[in-house]
Amino acid sequence: MHHVVLERWSRGASPLHRRDPRSKFAALLVFLVVLATAHRALPLLAAAFLLLLAATLLWARVPLAGALRRAALVLPFTLLAGAVCWLGGDPARALSVVLKSYLSALAVLTVVSTTPLPLLLRGLELVGAPRFLLMVAQFLYRYLFVISEEAQHMRSAAASRGFARRSGGFRAAAGALAVLFARSYARAAEIHRAMLARAFPGRFHTLGALRFRAADAAFLALAALAPALIRAAIERLA
Amino acid sequence: MPRLIEVRNLRFHYEDGTPALRGVDFHLEAGESVALLGANGSGKTTFVMHLNGLLSGEGSVEVCGLPLQKANLPAIRRKIGMVFQDSESQLFMPTVLEDVAFGPLNLGMTRQDAASAARAALETVSMAAAIHRAPYHLSAGEKKRVAIAGILAMNPEILVLDEPTTFLDPPGQRALAELLARLPQAKVLVTHDAALARSLCTRAVFFQDGLIAAEGPVEEIVNRFGWDFASEPSQSAR
Repeated sequence: MHHVVLERWSRGASPLHRRDPRSKFAALLVFLVVLATAHRALPLLAAAFLLLLAATLLWARVPLAGALRRAALVLPFTLLAGAVCWLGGDPARALSVVLKSYLSALAVLTVVSTTPLPLLLRGLELVGAPRFLLMVAQFLYRYLFVISEEAQHMRSAAASRGFARRSGGFRAAAGALAVLFARSYARAAEIHRAMLARAFPGRFHTLGALRFRAADAAFLALAALAPALIRAAIERLA
Repeated sequence: MPRLIEVRNLRFHYEDGTPALRGVDFHLEAGESVALLGANGSGKTTFVMHLNGLLSGEGSVEVCGLPLQKANLPAIRRKIGMVFQDSESQLFMPTVLEDVAFGPLNLGMTRQDAASAARAALETVSMAAAIHRAPYHLSAGEKKRVAIAGILAMNPEILVLDEPTTFLDPPGQRALAELLARLPQAKVLVTHDAALARSLCTRAVFFQDGLIAAEGPVEEIVNRFGWDFASEPSQSAR
C-alpha cells in the first residue's frame, strides 16, 4: 500500500528528514505559489523544477523512480481536465494544468516522504490546522491498512464460496461495503474504549516537541529562494 | 486494607433489553490473580468493562476503595490497566513509543517522564528494540506485548486481560504466560485457555448466563465444568 511505502521513506535519516516540518511546509508553499503563478516558458520551467525536485529527492535518499510513479497518481484526473481544455481550443492551458498538477503532487510527496507522520501532524497543528481534522487524519492513516486487510479477507471469503463478478456483482459489492462499514464502526467504538481505558481526556498529547533551529531557517531561505531564482532566470532567457 | 475490587449485585442490560449481567458479586484481593471462565456471551467481557467505567450498570463497584463514579474515573483508570482482546484496537498511535507513552501523557506526565516510563515498560516486555516501529508492522505476539507495555507504563495496581492469548501461536502463548507470571500486579484474566488459567491464577469464577455460577480453585472449576479440551463437565455442573 502507498501509505506503508511512504511511512518507510519518511523514517529516513537524511538532512531533509531532520528539518523542522514547518520549514518544509513554508518551502512547499513558496514552491507552489511560484509554480502556480508562472505562465511564460512553462515547459522549460517545468523541466527545471522537475530537476530541482528530483535532486531534492535524491538528496533525501528517497527512491526517485518510485516517487515519480506515485506522483503520477494525479494524472488520470488532470489529464481529463487537460483534455477538456485541449478540446476547448486552449492547448497551452491543457499543458499548464497537467505539468503544474504533476509537479505540485511531486512537491507534496517530497515533503510527506521526508517527514514522519507524527511530526507532520505536529507541524500542521503548530501552523494552525484544526486539531480535530488532524486527529481524523491520524486515525485514517493508522487504520487504512486494517480496513483494507478486512476488505481483502471478505473478498477471499466470497471467492472461496464461488463468488464471481457476474450477475449480482453490484449487489454483493454493496452488501460487502455495508458489512465493512459496520465493522469499521465497531472497530472505532473499540478504539475509543481503549483510549478511555488509558485515561484519554479528549485532547491528544504527543511526545514530539519541535524546535526551529538555525539549520531550519537556512534550509527555508535556500528552498524558498531556489524556485524563485530559477523562474526569474528562465523568464529572462525566454 | 480494602479489597482491590469489590463488586456487589451488578446488573446490566444492553440497549435492546438483552440482560448481560444479572446480579454479579465479585472481589479481588491484593496480589491475587483470578480467572474468569465461561462460554462466549456469558457476560465475562461485559463484566470487566464495568471495572473501569467503560460500561455502567446497576449495583456497586469499588476499586481500591473508590466507588465507581464519574469523579473517580481518572483515578480508577490509573489503578486498573485493561488489555483488550484485539491489540489492533489498542495500538492506535503511529509508533510503538508514542503508543506506550499515550497513557502516561494522559496522566499529566511531562514528555520526558512519559518517554522514560514508556521505554521502561517496553524494556519489561522485551520490546525496547521496537520503539520506532509502526504498530501494524508488528507480529500478533509483539502487538500484545506492546499493548501490555502501554498499560504497564501507567503503573497500575490491577491488570485486566481479556483473552490475551487470542491470535497467538503456541510459542507466543508460552512467552506471554511467562511475561504475565513475572508481573507483580493483581490480575483478572478473562480466558478460555484452561492451561493459562492454571499457570497464572489461584482462583477461578465461572460465568453462566450473566451470573457467577461457581467459584473456587482453578483446577476444581475447570474439572467441574469440563473447561478443558480433554475433559467433560461433571454431573453437578450439568
